[in-house]
Amino acid sequence: MSLLALSNITIRYGRLTAVRNVAFTLTEGEILFITGPNGAGKSSLLRAIAGVTPPAGGRIDFAGADITGRAPEDIARMGLSMVPEGRDVFGSLTIEENLLVGTGMHARERNWRSRAATELEAVYDTFPILKDRRHSQAGLLSGGQQQMLVIGRALMTNPRLIAIDEPSLGLAPNITDQVYERLIALRAHRALTLLIVEQSSTRAQLVGGRMILMRGGEVLLDGDARAMGQSEAMQAAYFGYGDH
Amino acid sequence: MQTIFDALSLGSLYALGALGIALIFGVMRLVNFAHGDVISFSIFALMWPSTDAMAVVFAGDLPWFLLIPFVLAVGAGLSVLSEIVVFRRFRRANPATMMIASFALGFVIRYFLLMLFSSRPKSISLLPALSQPVEIFGARIPLLQVITICATIAMLFALTAFLKRTRFGLEMRAAAENFTMARMLGVRANRVIMGAFALSGALAAAIGLILAAQTGTADIQMGAAVMLMAFIATVIGGLGSLPGAVLAGFLLGAASVVMQTVLPIDARPFRDAFVYGAVILVLIFRPQGLIAARGTKERV
Ligand SMILES: Nc1ncnc2c1ncn2[C@@H]1O[C@H](COP(=O)(O)OP(=O)(O)OP(=O)(O)O)[C@@H](O)[C@H]1O
Ligand SMILES: [Mg+2]
Repeated sequence: MSLLALSNITIRYGRLTAVRNVAFTLTEGEILFITGPNGAGKSSLLRAIAGVTPPAGGRIDFAGADITGRAPEDIARMGLSMVPEGRDVFGSLTIEENLLVGTGMHARERNWRSRAATELEAVYDTFPILKDRRHSQAGLLSGGQQQMLVIGRALMTNPRLIAIDEPSLGLAPNITDQVYERLIALRAHRALTLLIVEQSSTRAQLVGGRMILMRGGEVLLDGDARAMGQSEAMQAAYFGYGDH
Repeated sequence: MQTIFDALSLGSLYALGALGIALIFGVMRLVNFAHGDVISFSIFALMWPSTDAMAVVFAGDLPWFLLIPFVLAVGAGLSVLSEIVVFRRFRRANPATMMIASFALGFVIRYFLLMLFSSRPKSISLLPALSQPVEIFGARIPLLQVITICATIAMLFALTAFLKRTRFGLEMRAAAENFTMARMLGVRANRVIMGAFALSGALAAAIGLILAAQTGTADIQMGAAVMLMAFIATVIGGLGSLPGAVLAGFLLGAASVVMQTVLPIDARPFRDAFVYGAVILVLIFRPQGLIAARGTKERV
């Protein structure tokens, strides 16, 4: 069953059309990479899905409901957790407070506090560095630690889908490896659906799964990341048409 | 001794006012100029409409344990109402538009009071038992001043505990730093903003109570004077920074009182000019304020 479905999504900033007629569906448990060069419209697409900048046209369905134009907090509460570009930790809050911000969405349910506590331990198990520094200010963490924190923070809400914008941005390759290792393990463990944006397609080909290649606001390719390999279309997408 | 208490109690008023402004600025990037009129309104809510010089008391005779919650609730209520009726519609507008809306709202409240009560200040005796002096370290200090200072400190502790220890406080701090991110974590924008308005309105009402008890009069302009200083305190403190607002509020109070005592008699009428001069100096050397606030990310 499809968990997320986009049809004919168009996103505009004033007169600029950043995304044009994008459509795809994402099945529960699937991993999807969206790749493409600078300005392809990847972040715009994620922000539209999360409800931050509503699309100018088209429709987004999540978990069987039309979420087009819904408020970000409503979408988050339905189980779609977004980790935006640039990480956005709450720098003046402690690490533990950062992790707890999102758990309030379950406050109506029974035992939510004890479940949040269990969740917190699970995140600390996944990222032990966060536990060691749980009471220090999040703004003091290094880039890689902040990336772990925001992924942990998204997990704390117990989502069905996590959308992450450029998890490797600004991280050393071995830290990126670590982050991905954890993500893949979590996905297997929790039946999590992943939507990951990266500029380069190398990571997608390493991890495997489905990949959508965007450029200039449109989808160029949609298929198996590894099969796409070094196809001519791939090269063309990154380096432009008609050079050869 | 008397000077210290004067400085602290004046500083308390400025600090409470500055906090009220900073709370709303924190979550909405709105400088709420209607705040001063909420101060006046919560006191006038204690009287029946009349144009007499003596207040025709309606709820002012309540015992203190009912009077205080009543006034605080009026301030909080009016403030939340102004969010729902006015500011909510401007949430996506730019800060200048919101600021102008707050000016307009302030005028509406002020003229509403003018219509009902006329511009004549009214004498009102609130909690008269508090004007007796008490002896502290050999100085005779009005009991009210002591209570003002203690109450302010208590309120600061309560607010800190609320922000640090409760879930709602956590959500408010997160939203003040990065509103969009907080929403993406399921924090309800409307709830947080209404909470900030309620707190801010209750703080305004507390100022109104203190002023009315201190001066024995209710004046439609009473909020405006405190407001100006409180607003300056928020700017010096670093817009949106709560500790900064409190610190700057007390500093401004101290500066005013100290200048009142040390300036030569002839210069005293110009006291405020000296205070503003000091403010300009602070802003030249620390334009981001004494304690810069985190999170200048765009709101909603
Ligand atoms: N807030 C905005 N206002 C105006 N234009 C914007 C805004 N955000 C993005 N754009 C424009 O929309 C287009 C797509 O930008 P977007 O950030 O979605 O690309 P991206 O694929 O995420 O790029 P990158 O890999 O550099 O992060 C760009 O031309 C960009 O300049
Ligand atoms: Mg991007």
